[in-house]
Amino acid sequence: MSAPLVVFDKVEKQFGDFVAVKQLDFEIREGEFLAIMGPSGCGKTTTLRMLAGLDAPTVGEIRLGGRVMNDVAPHDRDTPLVWQSLALFPFLTARQNVEFGLKMRGVGAAERKERALKWLEKMGILEFADRDISTLSGGQKQRVALARSLVMEPQILLLDEPLSALDAHLVIRMQAVLTDLQRELGITFVYVTHSQSEAFAMADRVIIMGKGEIAQIGTPKDIYRAPANQFVAEFVGRNNILSGNVQALSNETARITTPSGNFTVPTNTVQLTQGAKASFVISADLVHISLGEPDGENKAQCKLISEEFVGSMVTLFLEDAHGQEFKVQMQERELSKFDLNSGDQIWLSWDTASAHVLDQS
Amino acid sequence: MNANRTLNVILGIYVALIFAFVFAPIIFSMIFSFNSQRFPTIPLGEFSTEWYAKILADPDVWEAALNSLIVSTCTALIATFLGFCTAYSDFRYNFRFKGPYLALILLPPTIPLIIMALAMLAWFSKIGMSGQLYSVIIAHSVLTAPFAMAVIRLRLNQMDPDLEAAAWNLGGSEWQTMRSVIIPFCKPAIASALFLTAAVSFDEFAVSWFVSGLNKTLPVIILEIVQGNIDPQVNAIGTFVFLISMTLVVLAQVFFASRQLKSIRS
Repeated sequence: MSAPLVVFDKVEKQFGDFVAVKQLDFEIREGEFLAIMGPSGCGKTTTLRMLAGLDAPTVGEIRLGGRVMNDVAPHDRDTPLVWQSLALFPFLTARQNVEFGLKMRGVGAAERKERALKWLEKMGILEFADRDISTLSGGQKQRVALARSLVMEPQILLLDEPLSALDAHLVIRMQAVLTDLQRELGITFVYVTHSQSEAFAMADRVIIMGKGEIAQIGTPKDIYRAPANQFVAEFVGRNNILSGNVQALSNETARITTPSGNFTVPTNTVQLTQGAKASFVISADLVHISLGEPDGENKAQCKLISEEFVGSMVTLFLEDAHGQEFKVQMQERELSKFDLNSGDQIWLSWDTASAHVLDQS
Repeated sequence: MNANRTLNVILGIYVALIFAFVFAPIIFSMIFSFNSQRFPTIPLGEFSTEWYAKILADPDVWEAALNSLIVSTCTALIATFLGFCTAYSDFRYNFRFKGPYLALILLPPTIPLIIMALAMLAWFSKIGMSGQLYSVIIAHSVLTAPFAMAVIRLRLNQMDPDLEAAAWNLGGSEWQTMRSVIIPFCKPAIASALFLTAAVSFDEFAVSWFVSGLNKTLPVIILEIVQGNIDPQVNAIGTFVFLISMTLVVLAQVFFASRQLKSIRS
């Protein structure tokens, strides 16, 4: 594996008495699409701003391509940022906006124009080159903002919730534009978002942040199937979290007693001790349903509360006799075989290997 | 519906009366400036440009007009520059005592002009700077800078705070960013502030009268003519001064309003 492009070395940032982020220790690989995700106020934007030089770390070191960046002014860095507010210059046309960075870097007028037009064309908005920014639609402005950053031909592009102002259907379109661009250019994207669907759809790796700290780093699949702790499991959403005590330990599995019954979990990821508290998750799409009581070690009888359709997928919300909530995600055509109504009692079951034990710390 | 219409008519008349009250004296002054009779009485005499000819032939009036031009131009430039700097410091930085700092800057227009004028005279005499044209310029700059600041500050408050950082992020140094982002964004407000401060300075009488010494400005010479006797020349100069100030104020408004409209549209 090649050397990392960016290293955050025990970085901490305080604003007065407020600690925005702490113990930031991670690497960004060259050419990867990295998403930093977390609820608002988790420090993800501060992390991005430190990389762009707009905020300076209080403690620790940020290195870009081996060079310590702590004291490098923002305008001496090559880390263009696509802003949440887009921050396009309202008194300039689309083309002048794209040319701005080149002008600041002293590129001549003819070359500026040529490069700006090339990028406007690439983004499919060449015909709006000489239009005022205020006359463009949200999606068009978004493309101008991207072109304005990419025309600088950076090694790394920073994106701060760039799609949050767009309509849902435009978000999907822009996600495709972004992933295609990233693959084509081969440059590193660092993408800050609070949206799980955006992060999981585009990123090679995701950093989940909570309360100024990194909660987990991994591929979207790692995070979805094997959340490291309760915070990540809850943030990721579509899964079932059960808590109880370790009743019996065997070689590769443990038996956990919860108010909803006894369940078997694999112990390959976390060390468990007899009698200790333990929590585990099962992704909603790995739970099976049946009308009669199924075989196997992991099952629960539940009452159907409600259904939620998203296209061909449906999510069932259920509750057992002890108030434990369950979610099941499945294909709509699978569900239609059962002919269920809310209030019906059904059985849930899952394979032991589908469960994932959370880190208690 | 009907009651509403009556109300609208009454309100319309009310507004018309207010305008009449404000502008009638000025309009009468304009009419009398073209009247051949020496005293402002009705019925009017014949149409005449005698009083205009008279003031145009008066070297004192010419000198005063030139003084007023110099003073208001220099004042506009200095006050707008100071106003821009303070507005920007307010926009960009947070510091201790920022509240008192802003209050202090906005204070001069709240001081009664006559007190301000006396204080300026006393101070300038003490440091040997009174009675010069630049004394008037300094005094007027102090007086009008808060107006410039208020207008420019309003504009800066409309700016996306990320805009400046976006320029740095794209490789603009602090000065480049000032030149290519902050000033272009504030341009309408800067133009508006220039015209507004020029208009205030051009009209200002009390401070000019105290500190100008022999370098009289137009409002000062008007008072001198009136003090001597009733002379319709005053109407002619008055009309002239009024037109110039109104032009400046209207221009300030045009720049102010056009940007408001633009920001509403976008």
